[in-house]
Amino acid sequence: MPKKIAITGAEAVIRSLLAEDANLVFGYPGGAIMPIYDELFKFQDKLHHVLTRHEQGATHAAQGYARTSGKVGVAMATSGPGATNLVTGIADAQIDSTPMVCITGQVASHLLGSDAFQETDIIGISTPVTKWNYQITKACEIPEIMAKAFYIARTGRPGPVLIDITKDAQFETFDYSYQKCSGIRSYTPITTLSNKEVEKAVELINKSEKPLVVWGQGVILGNAEEELKIFLEKSGIPAAWTILGLSAISTDHPLNRGMVGMHGNYAPNILTNECDLLIAIGMRFDDRVTGDLKTYAKQAKIIHLELDPAEVNKNVHVDLALISDCKISLKELINNIETKTYPDWIKRFDELDKIEYDKVIHSDLFPSKDGLTMGESIKIINKHSNNDAIIVTDVGQHQMVACRYAKFIRSKSNVTSGGLGTMGFALPAAIGAKMGAIEREVVAVIGDGGYQMTIQELGTIFQQQIAVKIVVLNNDFLGMVRQWQQLFFDKRYASTEMVNPDFVTIAKGYRIRAKRVEKRKDLDKAVKEMIDSKEPFFLEICVEKEDNVFPMIPSGASVSDIRLE
Amino acid sequence: MKNITYTISVYAENNIGLLNRISAIFLKRHINLESFSTSASEISDVFRFVIVVNTDSERVRKIVQQIEKQVDVIKAFYHTDEETIFQENALYKVKSSSLFEERHIQNIIKSSHATIVTVSPEFFVIELTGFREETEKLRKDLEPYGLLQFVRSGRISVTKAKMGISEILNTFKKNN
Ligand SMILES: Cc1ncc(C[n+]2csc(CCOP(=O)(O)OP(=O)(O)O)c2C)c(N)n1
Repeated sequence: MPKKIAITGAEAVIRSLLAEDANLVFGYPGGAIMPIYDELFKFQDKLHHVLTRHEQGATHAAQGYARTSGKVGVAMATSGPGATNLVTGIADAQIDSTPMVCITGQVASHLLGSDAFQETDIIGISTPVTKWNYQITKACEIPEIMAKAFYIARTGRPGPVLIDITKDAQFETFDYSYQKCSGIRSYTPITTLSNKEVEKAVELINKSEKPLVVWGQGVILGNAEEELKIFLEKSGIPAAWTILGLSAISTDHPLNRGMVGMHGNYAPNILTNECDLLIAIGMRFDDRVTGDLKTYAKQAKIIHLELDPAEVNKNVHVDLALISDCKISLKELINNIETKTYPDWIKRFDELDKIEYDKVIHSDLFPSKDGLTMGESIKIINKHSNNDAIIVTDVGQHQMVACRYAKFIRSKSNVTSGGLGTMGFALPAAIGAKMGAIEREVVAVIGDGGYQMTIQELGTIFQQQIAVKIVVLNNDFLGMVRQWQQLFFDKRYASTEMVNPDFVTIAKGYRIRAKRVEKRKDLDKAVKEMIDSKEPFFLEICVEKEDNVFPMIPSGASVSDIRLE
Repeated sequence: MKNITYTISVYAENNIGLLNRISAIFLKRHINLESFSTSASEISDVFRFVIVVNTDSERVRKIVQQIEKQVDVIKAFYHTDEETIFQENALYKVKSSSLFEERHIQNIIKSSHATIVTVSPEFFVIELTGFREETEKLRKDLEPYGLLQFVRSGRISVTKAKMGISEILNTFKKNN
């Protein structure tokens, strides 16, 4: 039996966090969570609390931390508005399977249901966007529920958990002892792999002539990067990634053939509809990846390596599913498949790559016009960070361009809001990303629109002296929406033009070093200065106002109807 | 795909929040619940939900996958009517005067195999357990005599095949 000590619920929360190896918390205080903050003060040498400037920022920072460290991110807020401000980040973590535990204060239990000051039903509100949630009304529940929260957040398909703790439970004294959770009878994190299915998969793989792998974040969440690499190299199968799978295999690996989906690469999108076998690994056939489902990979047999049984046959009917941890499934496949190469099939990729290069990539990276492009900005960031930065992106054109052109040699280096597409994600996520991988270079690439959704986190960056590098690719437009207005709404630019403030002055107001670049001749030097800086640094790059991101699969169109212009 | 009646059986921990989670799964997909009932199950501290929906086989499969994905759900199943034995329960409150004044009402009660639960000077209450058509027919038959109140429960059902919940729980116990 672990030994028992008499402490308050608030102290038990802190001790539970420490028992779960959580020594970093992002949050914002308020009335209903003050007892816990009081304990944070007492435990500050063991547990570091980062005061963000908005609770949404705390969730995104916790997400960024989880994504680069592989650990569970923790965010805290008070009841009422504090709790509701967490909701966007929780929804983002849910759809992107990010392990996160959120702790909210709640009014005292005798006031529940009385519309007390700052009472809100955060359990009801967060139910559809959490993997699990629970309201604690007695201190004695804290250790067991906290242990369950961390276990649920990090095991199986990870996700956010919210624990709401009434103020009286925080004050109450009880006999504390902690035991980590090792299983919940109603919850099966990983299904056992079926040998029969493995055999069938091996057979399909060995006899296929034009196979294609599409991998997603499951590979990163399952720490299966090495297995994927060995699988690809042994099988000789060309592979492409979804946006959240980016960085699992280095960008320059010869079998890494780029991104699938709406703004993905030409070859893997077109060849999705030519392959004879599609092997989907840790990805969930999101509509931004598949385009029109009625025409998606209809000619191919499909094998799905997936942890979450609810994802199998959800959007795309598959011929075979290996339902388990993809690290385990990949190992089984590696041991049983033949060593092969597909020179003619690979040549198809090369041909299509050349078309994309000539029509799109060359002018993105080596523009002949005066205005700066987003593509060349990313290229220069690659250069000065030796392809080894963690790139945190927001949502919009800059995100698509960054994911297309950023280069990676290490996994867990791409942090972006994929499933929810949350503008305002990048700046706070970069704080957490840096704190989760302190020795790495972290560059946030953000649009002028999304930047202004969480710009106040510059205060957090300065106060904590977190050496993130912030690049705003400023086109004075909500660029991605403007692009759609241009292409599908006859250029009716309804409320997408932005009259922006002087971003450099604002950064300087937050006492962060800042620069603006408007001309190509100054770009290289400015990026170098930014990367070389040991402190946080803000760089505004003024880019062409009305550039579009191509290739593009118009929404609802087939992946093979991808447009180059 | 054709819509038919499916009975979804869910074995779960007794957790107040779970009801919310499960109904959200239907809400999100605009699927109306024909009926919903919760009760104890054959295993102590395991709750059983019986949900009836009218939908197609593809949608019911996906819904059940989503239900089973919930942390507090031990196991969820779906079955067609042929695969289950099911009943509903209905209560009918009728003016007592009609029982004595209208001889015919006694024949209705007798032929429907309903039972009289309570008789008071003002009203009496009839109970009938059976299929929807049976409880519905009795409602129609009693209507002309002044039905004061009518209520029907959600479907309860047991399946012909076994569900194996104890096995799941025992395996868990062995491994933990
Ligand atoms: C919170 C939120 N609101 C609205 C949107 C819709 N949206 C998607 S991209 C985009 C434009 C983003 O503009 P900006 O941040 O300037 O980036 P750019 O596309 O110009 O690179 C908008 C408004 C969103 N994704 N998130």
